[in-house]
Amino acid sequence: MKRKTINLTVDDKPIEAEEGTTILLAARQYGIHIPTICYLEGLSPYGGCRICVVEIGGGNGKNSLDTSCTRQVQEGMIVQTQSPRVVRARKMIAELLVASAPNVKVAQDIAARMGLMKVRFPMDDNRCILCGLCIRMCYEQMDGKALGFAGRGTGRWVTMPFQKRPESCRLCRGCEYVCPGTIVPCQGIKVPGELCGRCRPVEEYRCCPNSTFGCFCEENPL
Amino acid sequence: MNKIQSASDLYQWREQIRSRQNLEDGVVYVCGGTGCQALGCQKVKEAFEKELAKLKRGRKIVLKSTGCPGLCEKGPLVTLHPQDLFYQKVKPEDVPRIVAETILQGKVIEDLLLEDPADRRKILSSREVPFYRPQMRLLLGNNEFIDPTRIGDYVAMGGYQALAETLLRMKPEEVISEIKASGLRGRGGAGYPTGQKWENCRRAAGEPKYIVCNCDEGDPGAFMDRSLLEGNPHSILEGMLIGAYAIGASRGFIYVRHEYPLALQHAEIAISQAREAGLLGKNILGTGLEFDVETAQGGGAFVCGESTALIASIEGRTGEPWSKQIHTVAQGLWGKPTNINNVETWANVPLILQKGSQWFSTLGTDGSKGTKIFSLVGKVKNTGLVEVPMGTTLREIIYDIGGGPQDGKRIKAVQTGGPSGGCIPASLFHLPVDYESLSQAGSMMGSGGMIVMDEGTCMVDVAKYFVHFLEEESCGKCLPCREGLRRMGQILDGISEGKGDSETLPLLEELAAVVADASLCGLGKTAPNPVLSALRYFREEFEEHLVHQRCPAGVCHSLVRYSISPEACTGCGACQKICPAGAIKGEKEEPHHIEAELCTKCGSCMEVCPTRAVLVC
Amino acid sequence: MDIRTVDGIVEKYQGKRTALISMLHDIQNQYHHLPEKALRRVALRLKMDFTDIYGVATFYKSFSLTPKGKHSLTLCLGTACHVRGGPKILREVKKLTGIGPGQTTPDRQFSLEVVNCLGVCAIGPVVVMDGKIHGEMTVGKVRRMIGKLKAKESGGRA
Repeated sequence: MKRKTINLTVDDKPIEAEEGTTILLAARQYGIHIPTICYLEGLSPYGGCRICVVEIGGGNGKNSLDTSCTRQVQEGMIVQTQSPRVVRARKMIAELLVASAPNVKVAQDIAARMGLMKVRFPMDDNRCILCGLCIRMCYEQMDGKALGFAGRGTGRWVTMPFQKRPESCRLCRGCEYVCPGTIVPCQGIKVPGELCGRCRPVEEYRCCPNSTFGCFCEENPL
Repeated sequence: MNKIQSASDLYQWREQIRSRQNLEDGVVYVCGGTGCQALGCQKVKEAFEKELAKLKRGRKIVLKSTGCPGLCEKGPLVTLHPQDLFYQKVKPEDVPRIVAETILQGKVIEDLLLEDPADRRKILSSREVPFYRPQMRLLLGNNEFIDPTRIGDYVAMGGYQALAETLLRMKPEEVISEIKASGLRGRGGAGYPTGQKWENCRRAAGEPKYIVCNCDEGDPGAFMDRSLLEGNPHSILEGMLIGAYAIGASRGFIYVRHEYPLALQHAEIAISQAREAGLLGKNILGTGLEFDVETAQGGGAFVCGESTALIASIEGRTGEPWSKQIHTVAQGLWGKPTNINNVETWANVPLILQKGSQWFSTLGTDGSKGTKIFSLVGKVKNTGLVEVPMGTTLREIIYDIGGGPQDGKRIKAVQTGGPSGGCIPASLFHLPVDYESLSQAGSMMGSGGMIVMDEGTCMVDVAKYFVHFLEEESCGKCLPCREGLRRMGQILDGISEGKGDSETLPLLEELAAVVADASLCGLGKTAPNPVLSALRYFREEFEEHLVHQRCPAGVCHSLVRYSISPEACTGCGACQKICPAGAIKGEKEEPHHIEAELCTKCGSCMEVCPTRAVLVC
Repeated sequence: MDIRTVDGIVEKYQGKRTALISMLHDIQNQYHHLPEKALRRVALRLKMDFTDIYGVATFYKSFSLTPKGKHSLTLCLGTACHVRGGPKILREVKKLTGIGPGQTTPDRQFSLEVVNCLGVCAIGPVVVMDGKIHGEMTVGKVRRMIGKLKAKESGGRA
């Protein structure tokens, strides 16, 4: 089935994309890289972290920001990936993220990329950034449907229902695999020949009852 | 009863009801709205039942429990026909007197009459009520006289006639043209042209099509939709039927928030009565139109007033909004074209079809046609629902209808548009109320909540209140809204405690700008409005908190001190008795004083002082 | 907890997903909270994933997964009630009961909720005690109201 070709402008450059492509992927094909956190190829886009926002519109005060991971290309669309509004938004999102979850690797990466030097908010130490990748992995790729969001707003968290691992969870560890929080900076070699061990799964995941991501321990049998 | 199978059946039924109504002997209308229920109207109604039953034969006074006419503060409300008398704050003990004196002898009971706050004149008829008189109560006016649980009442006053005329004489496209010509705009807040929305939905591909009535009314301080759906549910059903015909929809939902159990109940009764009468279901009025409606309930989530979150909620999912790059009119419920309109928008539809778009477009201003219902509440004398033509000025609403300030204080601002809107200072009260003027001033019309604030209201506190409200109600999906609002709340908490520096307000503004820009849905996008408008018009209050650790309005808990004015204090000791912390000292008949270290600032002393000697600053 | 009661509720709404929230309200009215077993049954009957049902039950503020107190106190904190002194009333209630919004006292006597507008703004500030709406609340009135209830519950014990 032949798909229509859409012509649009990204950062003043005319590009072509197939109908149904998102701005993010269309831009990537031309080497225009837009940062992402909650987006992972192979999983449905979520549009939750908002770091991938771009400015859409021709100007005259009617431009809006929208997430490039969810927004589909349209004929004649004018997109800016580095406009002042976009950069301001990304910097603030990075600052908010680092203030909330400074020990999560991806928060550090984004902060570094945005050149963030100051955090003007009192800091917390959340380990989950509510990106939802683990949930989408569980639902869409692994058909486990065991993880989900509970609660609402700032009280939102990722958990299994009633904090009990359901039968549908097959301990595939796909959730851990996609979590952007699991990689912790290496502290180098402690004892000659041995790694510090920090790249192993971290404590304090709230989604699993034993506080270990996808645990295999006998204390939590099916 | 037999189903109505044609327009002439409807007319016959109407004549039947009218002839059987027997209202000549008199009618007692008791308001049964939620507000009056809270004030005890149920007992008043029972008292009337008892007393009227005692009357001699041949006297058939009809007793009706009616819909909410919006003057809840003066409830329980009773209207008497044919005496055309309006009694307020009626207690069950007053009922025997009302029956004996007013109904049987035609005597007026003075102390049950409403008093004009301006000249203290007693008001006899509801039409003369100063609160009602300057209004144009096209939508709310009927609430006073119909029993919302009886379809017959609605039909008797001409209900469903507009539907019949429309189905018989107009094509769907013509209905859409009429609505477009009338200039009706969505009454839920955004003000999108209704006719255009219907047309977009009609043109969208997909079957079946759905229409939805949004009665989530989450804006705190707004209760227009409650009164409309509670008081006259059939007017909404009629509007939805006309809409379904125009759009080509076959199923509808009325989404009612959980906090409105009476509105939900009345909607369900109305639906089942309409089905019984053949006005919902298949082959309506013999025209082949097929349409049915169900109710759906909310679970306590302000975000579910947003159209995509509402759809998710009806589908049985969490109320998490999604991107509107494809509008709900094209892909809504279960991916099908769905037209969502607010309760008040639907209520306007039968009116427009009955009286014509030409007539409707003579009301209001160029850009904003028709009337709008506002809930005027807060620090104003007369609170309740106000229905006026668009273009009426804020001053007219707040002073002429609202009666001006309470307690001799100065009115400082009015908040419109709920948590998505902003504060408009008194200096701008000459502005007409319409979609554009309010947006330009930094607020928005919103669903119609109008909260009057006086010098005893702290604007920092108001900004803080709205941010915390939205923080609670945010669905939590997107980072700018979830985290951004939390941090804005922390900053405002700090300001209300006098903490911060020269970077505090710029940081707050920067955060606000990003939350507005980068959020996914309307909740986040408009969340900064209350803060930004408060900063725009009342920046000096924020600075007073930050620089001088002072709350000029005497509200912010950690910054205020309670004290007793020695000149005004009579030494009656009422405050000393009630103080739970034993912080008030003083001899009888001598001025009392409050010991600051013991005072918990609970405010009880202020409540009981007969001479207003307790000061907060 | 009786499965048949839950089944009855599901059948009352013909097992429609659009009525999920209504079903949960009915279950909550019956058991004063949403028991896990009841939610599992609803998931089974509605052919929905239990994770999704759990998400819905925790998303909407009307629902509680833990049993509520004997007396429910709901304060309206809508804007109109707020400018008329709602927060002072909330502060007093928190002091008198020792709990905050969303919590239940350890002796399971009182549950406190805060709601964002009941639509009776003209008579604010508003407090709902055990389903009955009380308007024009003051700090003094609420102190007396809770005091009376406490005295009743402790059977006259001081």
